[in-house]
Amino acid sequence: MRLSFTVNGRQCEADDVWEGESLLYVLRERLGLPGSKNACEQGECGSCTVYLDGVPACACLVAAGQAAGREVGTVEGLAEGDGLGAVQESFVEAGAVQCGFCTPGLLVATDDLVNRVPHPSDAEIRESLAGNLCRCTGYEKIMDAVRLAADRRASSEASRSGKTDA
Amino acid sequence: MDFLRPTSWRDALEAKAHHPDATPIAGGTDVMVEINFDHRRPTSLLDLTGIDELASWSEHGGKLRIGAGLPYTRLIDELGDRLPGLAIAARTVGSPQIRNRGTLGGNLASASPAGDGHPPLLASGAEVEVESVRGTRLLPVEEFFTGVKRHALASDELISAVHIAPATGAQQFSKIGTRNAMVIAVCTFAIALHPERQRVGTGLGSAAPTPLRAIEAEEFLSGELADSGQWDSPRPLDDSVVRQFGDLVARAASPIDDVRSTADYRTHALGVMARRTLGWVWDEYRNHPSSTGRPECA
Repeated sequence: MRLSFTVNGRQCEADDVWEGESLLYVLRERLGLPGSKNACEQGECGSCTVYLDGVPACACLVAAGQAAGREVGTVEGLAEGDGLGAVQESFVEAGAVQCGFCTPGLLVATDDLVNRVPHPSDAEIRESLAGNLCRCTGYEKIMDAVRLAADRRASSEASRSGKTDA
Repeated sequence: MDFLRPTSWRDALEAKAHHPDATPIAGGTDVMVEINFDHRRPTSLLDLTGIDELASWSEHGGKLRIGAGLPYTRLIDELGDRLPGLAIAARTVGSPQIRNRGTLGGNLASASPAGDGHPPLLASGAEVEVESVRGTRLLPVEEFFTGVKRHALASDELISAVHIAPATGAQQFSKIGTRNAMVIAVCTFAIALHPERQRVGTGLGSAAPTPLRAIEAEEFLSGELADSGQWDSPRPLDDSVVRQFGDLVARAASPIDDVRSTADYRTHALGVMARRTLGWVWDEYRNHPSSTGRPECA
């Protein structure tokens, strides 16, 4: 079947899509967007996390046809122009990346958290990242990166609204 | 493989009538795993995510009607205050990504003995609304499960909704697993107090081929509480009553040894969970007899 949907704000078409394949396969193999990683294929690891109509989901568990007409946001969409976005920058600065395989999913999950929750507690961060497995870092630096990303989001919001954060 | 994508419930029922072999898919959190691993190759997929009304809920005659396609995240956010037991269970499902997609309808259709949503539905006496082009049926949830991963749906039927009364007393849910997230339950237990009819409801998961109620335990405890006038003037429960309740819950179970645990452990754990959750709901009832339960995590 032919699949037509929006990816990172751009209208995309993919042809000869098998009805049983996943959104993850379409993104990686048909649209050349390899940022979302293919690991467990059962929703356990979170490394394929993408936005589907603004809500984080495992792309491996979305049937391709279910994405028709929807808006998908991938880790590639978190970049700002040719540079890194604020959440990506926070991960680099905090040293939250080792092998990097889990990083795209963690970035999308973190982006969602800092968009929803202005000052997440450690418990909220852990809960938000509970669906993303990292086998290298032990998570401490990932926690640092999320705190940094949340602080930066809060201060940029504050400067945008012209108020200091209470 | 065909991909059927109805945009109305009527069209979905027509599609299921014409393609009885079609596998319904909503959040995909079970169906896609089976397809990805080639455990199943459906002849056609019937996508239900294009039907907006299926992902909504409403209130009729004092009961909540939860559309089969309402994701857990929305169930927790929008109904957690009125369905605290179900909300606690829903919070233990998978991960945020899974809860954003997974649905109560899908949980029922998978009919796993370990489905996290089932015990609270049993404890609250929920009903499953199933529909086909032939008409609508309302099944008590315990009649919905017929075996391991088997249910009472005819081949042309789809699950449309779950009907459940808002909590009138404290509710709790307890789940054992190796960690908080992404866990298939070793075993689960749900309890709900129904003070308006002086009854206690229970639900056990991963305890038998199907989710089930511990009916003897319910009868025993409801009788004890009524006989001693505890619904009107609640006092701390006698240890012997709590112990007997736990023993009767454990006795209702007929679990198996499998990769996640042993039958012995599950039986023991169910008794412990029954005693603990009874303690929690009874404390809450004694302190706030009219409360509808707090949506805290077990």
